[in-house]
Amino acid sequence: MPATTTSPARADRDDNPGRPRAGAPAAPARRRRRIPVPLVLLLPAAVVLIPLFGYPLYQLGLLSFLDFGQEQASGGVPARFVGLDNYRTLFGDRQFWDVLTQTVVFAGACVVGTLAVGAALAVLLTRVGKWPRLILMFAALGAWAAPAMTGATVWMFLFDTNLGLVNDVLGMDGHNWMYDKWPAFALVGAVVVWHSFPFVMITLYAGIQAIPGSVLEAARLDGASTWTTFRRVMLPMLRPILTIVVIQSVIWDFKVFTQVYVMTNGGGIAGQNLTLNVYAYQKAFAADDYSLGSAIGVVMTLILLAVTAVYIRALRRSGEAL
Amino acid sequence: MKIRRWTTVALSGAVLAATAACAPGTASKKNSADEQTGTVKVWLYDEANRAPKEKVVADVIAEFKAAHPKVDVQVSYIPTDAGPRAEKMKGAFNDPNSAPDVVEFGNTDLFGYAAAGGLADITADLASWTEGADLPQDLKDTTVVNGAQFGVPWWIGLRSLYYRTDVFTELGIKAPTSYAELVEAAKKVRAAKPDMLGIAVGGKYTYGGLPFVWAAGGDLAAQNNGAYKAAIDSPQSQAGVKAYTDLFAKDICPPEQCADLTGGKTVEAFAAGKAGMAILPNSSRSAVEAGAAKGKYAVVPLPGQTPGSIAPAFAGGNDLGVMKSSQHRTLAVDFLKVLAGKKYQLAMFDAMGNLPTLASARADVVAKDPFLKPFMDTLNAGTKFVPKDAAWAKIDAQAVVPTLFQKVVTGKADVSGASKEAADAMNAAFGGK
Repeated sequence: MPATTTSPARADRDDNPGRPRAGAPAAPARRRRRIPVPLVLLLPAAVVLIPLFGYPLYQLGLLSFLDFGQEQASGGVPARFVGLDNYRTLFGDRQFWDVLTQTVVFAGACVVGTLAVGAALAVLLTRVGKWPRLILMFAALGAWAAPAMTGATVWMFLFDTNLGLVNDVLGMDGHNWMYDKWPAFALVGAVVVWHSFPFVMITLYAGIQAIPGSVLEAARLDGASTWTTFRRVMLPMLRPILTIVVIQSVIWDFKVFTQVYVMTNGGGIAGQNLTLNVYAYQKAFAADDYSLGSAIGVVMTLILLAVTAVYIRALRRSGEAL
Repeated sequence: MKIRRWTTVALSGAVLAATAACAPGTASKKNSADEQTGTVKVWLYDEANRAPKEKVVADVIAEFKAAHPKVDVQVSYIPTDAGPRAEKMKGAFNDPNSAPDVVEFGNTDLFGYAAAGGLADITADLASWTEGADLPQDLKDTTVVNGAQFGVPWWIGLRSLYYRTDVFTELGIKAPTSYAELVEAAKKVRAAKPDMLGIAVGGKYTYGGLPFVWAAGGDLAAQNNGAYKAAIDSPQSQAGVKAYTDLFAKDICPPEQCADLTGGKTVEAFAAGKAGMAILPNSSRSAVEAGAAKGKYAVVPLPGQTPGSIAPAFAGGNDLGVMKSSQHRTLAVDFLKVLAGKKYQLAMFDAMGNLPTLASARADVVAKDPFLKPFMDTLNAGTKFVPKDAAWAKIDAQAVVPTLFQKVVTGKADVSGASKEAADAMNAAFGGK
């Protein structure tokens, strides 16, 4: 996204050479010489993306500075500008900090889990024969294709307190997996990992396949052990793919909604399993406090933008093209 | 170069946003109208067993169309669960074009809906409705905000104590007449039948727990000069919360199984024969009759603290209203009058077990159906209601009361700490935050 948003600005600037530009005293001649054809070509995409992302983001930001509930939305009560009140309420609420902390821990665990499972299975894929590979691929694609709602519901059937297969097999009838906070998070996390490991697996598998056999052969001839080959040869070559996969996972898992909402019934017993996204939903749409919900949304956006910024910096530092 | 590029992005973004945007989306102020032809859209609750309800509604439509031949009626059934139904209704408020003309809604939702500008003030429209005079004043009061009537009570639902006659006879227990006896009976049932809950209670079952609060002399909130203030942390309320949450014990209803139950789940548990007792509304009869408990249960009023007393029940039920954005105001009111009239209230009782709101209709059904006696005893002993304030919708949606129960039940907080928290949340809502 950042790559595309730069384009309209640049294209815009070069299309309107007469527009005053504070802080950019480049020589006109130089500017004209550099016709940014690729950026012009990106313009159509920008025309679609900026209204689709920019406008909602603007509305989100605006709402977070208003006092805006259902009475303002449909009851004819005028919306009031309240400055930073929503943010003050939010940051003064101990529950917000609890939710933020557990969201970070939960998302972090999901990312680690997804990567571990995905990477292990990707390596496995390169080592097994055709049929096991096909079966594994098929199973993984099945998990990937399952809608989050369906997956979460089916897992809940399996782990049902009184009628679930898992309790039946383990002989723990009546055990409620969602009763304590962390077991509940662990179960939801397992479903999140189950849903998202195939992406990691297939991407890494493709990456491993793309490593030329001659490079690995050369390493072997030089006497490198399997582990050294992996660490010194494969890992550096996989780095760009790994970075993308990690960042994608961080963003996905930080925003995960469906599994948490469905499996914990909207936040768990006494709200113990709320994550930031579900918390925002509860505030905005259950409690009609659209403005406070927006404030949470803004905070989430900022956190994820920070993650993305780190990602881009990391890419640039490692000399990768954006 | 890098920094400058980002500045330009930010600037152009801001310019674009400022030119493209105005205020956040508010519902277009489409005026209501009074067209005499077209389609009257009706939203009714999608009850678990809908077929008989649909049949009655079909009769209502036939009668309505006979009087208004040029008008069509389109009925949709909306989800009854709090979350989905709130979304549906808010959607209708925010987009009048997709809103219905006549709606059914839970009587506790009325204050929020009225404040949201969703419902029409139909005081004047109902003035000439002769059957409406048969509506008891206390019921009518639950639809009035600042002197304006926003709905018509359509049916009422009262909760009483269902218990398993076969189990009680086998164990030699009598139907409880006090809280102490209730606890004792529940323990005996569970001790003798470990796969049964002594009494099915739920951490998310607000209206199953509140009678214990009311029986202890507590309340959700107290009204002072028209303004509500939370009373859920008063000593009486705390005693009531303790009485209810004490039922979540290993030897009655284990927290692991019961902390997350909703009212609907307790119906399922009792109907499936998995509970010795349960606090269920009169309308759950059909669900219980369809389950393993069929023919093996009886109902008594939920006992209060002292022997022979009755715990005040929540005056539940559903209302009918007309949407403010309706384009067929007169037709909508006419349809509402037919649907809420005595003839179809009686038909609805036969079809769904919904207790009529019109006094004469209720007298008719009570006289012919002895099953209703404990519910009528409960009604006559006095019922309670939630705060008649728009803030209740918010308190309800934020699950303040279930959170209170669940915190105590799971040991995350003690009664005084959890009820203090609940009171703070309520006061914040009453204070308009």
